[in-house]
Amino acid sequence: MTNTLHRYGDAESFGDDYIVFATPSSDRNDVDSVPKLKKFLEMALPFKPVNIGDPVHGGTLRPSRNLNTVANWKRDMTPDFRAVIDGIDTPVSVVAIFDNQAAAREFLKVAADADLGLSINMSASVEGAKACCKFAGITRHSVGYSLGFEGATDKLPNTQLLKLTTMCGHGMVSASLAKKMIDWVKEGRRTPGQAVTYMARFCSCGVFNPARAQRVLEDARKKME
Amino acid sequence: MKINPNKCVACGNCTYVCPMGAIYIDPAINRATVNRDECVECYACYYGLSTEHLNPPIVRMIRKIFQLGRLRFDPEPDVCPTAAFEPEDLQWPRVVRRAFSDPRATHESTGVQGRGTEEVKTNDVTGRVQWGEVGFTIEFGRPGVGVWLRDIQKMTWALAKAGVAFEKKNPFTLLMSDVTTGTLREDVLDEKVLSAIVEIKVKVDQTQQIIELVREVEKDVDTVVALGVGTRCDENGEERLVAPVLESMGYKLERAKTNMGLGRITNSVENKREEQPGEILSETR
Repeated sequence: MTNTLHRYGDAESFGDDYIVFATPSSDRNDVDSVPKLKKFLEMALPFKPVNIGDPVHGGTLRPSRNLNTVANWKRDMTPDFRAVIDGIDTPVSVVAIFDNQAAAREFLKVAADADLGLSINMSASVEGAKACCKFAGITRHSVGYSLGFEGATDKLPNTQLLKLTTMCGHGMVSASLAKKMIDWVKEGRRTPGQAVTYMARFCSCGVFNPARAQRVLEDARKKME
Repeated sequence: MKINPNKCVACGNCTYVCPMGAIYIDPAINRATVNRDECVECYACYYGLSTEHLNPPIVRMIRKIFQLGRLRFDPEPDVCPTAAFEPEDLQWPRVVRRAFSDPRATHESTGVQGRGTEEVKTNDVTGRVQWGEVGFTIEFGRPGVGVWLRDIQKMTWALAKAGVAFEKKNPFTLLMSDVTTGTLREDVLDEKVLSAIVEIKVKVDQTQQIIELVREVEKDVDTVVALGVGTRCDENGEERLVAPVLESMGYKLERAKTNMGLGRITNSVENKREEQPGEILSETR
């Protein structure tokens, strides 16, 4: 529940962040679930998710173990959706990220109609998820609320950095890298679109939302907190 | 994690990508170095950085020439040009760090994948959290602060004292030597992890008590804490039991995870295995 739940921001800032995922459960519906998981992601593609992924292989942007030196000047920054779907080989949670409610709710309806038998969850603003359920004719079964960050919050970075780093729920996107990317965007050394691809590669399960990250970088370009 | 000094060219890219800020250029040797006390073995450096396999002496020479000319080479920021990172063969108890910090790692230490369980996200087929119950996830250390396991024990002691039972399948529970008191194994107390999750389940009317207890103990825990509160919705899909309690305590409920109730049990009886202690197939999301 925690990986996509504790993203930093208020409800308004989640307006471009809708995460829909399918999860097989051990001993209940994991047998023969791999084709269903692939189908779930295939069904998502027409609604233009900004990222998809699984926790074993990662998202649509992945690091390369044998990068050619030419990549320093000319690098393929294109997300590879097909690699994610083709790579699913075990019963794991798979995820599709959308940057608008219309796409998320349409996909949710299609996924519900497909009746895959897997648990399907949406991680989003409370009201955003409710609206999607209403549109898809779904009666919510359970809900898990985030109460945000407490304790030694003085150890946390500023809110722009938090918005970026918490989009990887495993904490793999460091605050230092996020700060560096904001600085590079401000200096004009990279575009926000380029900068988010660097950060997204560190997210090991594909829940990083490049569209939301790009918006945060655009905001930070003009005014760093 | 180690950085091979014979390969490292001190480009500094890795110093930014460490979530714990535990990598630095050691001026004594002019090579990137890992602070082992602060490193949580998350492998973000090893797996997250793309790698080239350039010749280190040549790269160092080029960098020196560039420096003499006060020129700045502008490399890709997510690349280790000489593939200098080399994972160590981690032994107990240090392997616990990786088990809780590297999302790709299988928990060799606990036999569990991920930091937590499926929680409410498969509640439609597991029935783990029933009507009138609340499942808590208490996460420590994320983002980017980390937590010493000794600190989490302060919380588990307090929760156990309050009569709370810990989720049996949770990997953190499996590190306990005594689940009735919330006491951890002595040999893991001085290990630091990127994050860890304690899971409990209580009755709805205990919600406020638990949150107040967590708030009190977290004052004495030197890290950040993120609380997740999961519960069942009613037959109309509404949730009117827990949200009012949370709102009365001052929480503004901005974000949630919603289980759509679309799952069903499809495994045949022949496929049903004996439940293994701590076995979890799905990663915590």
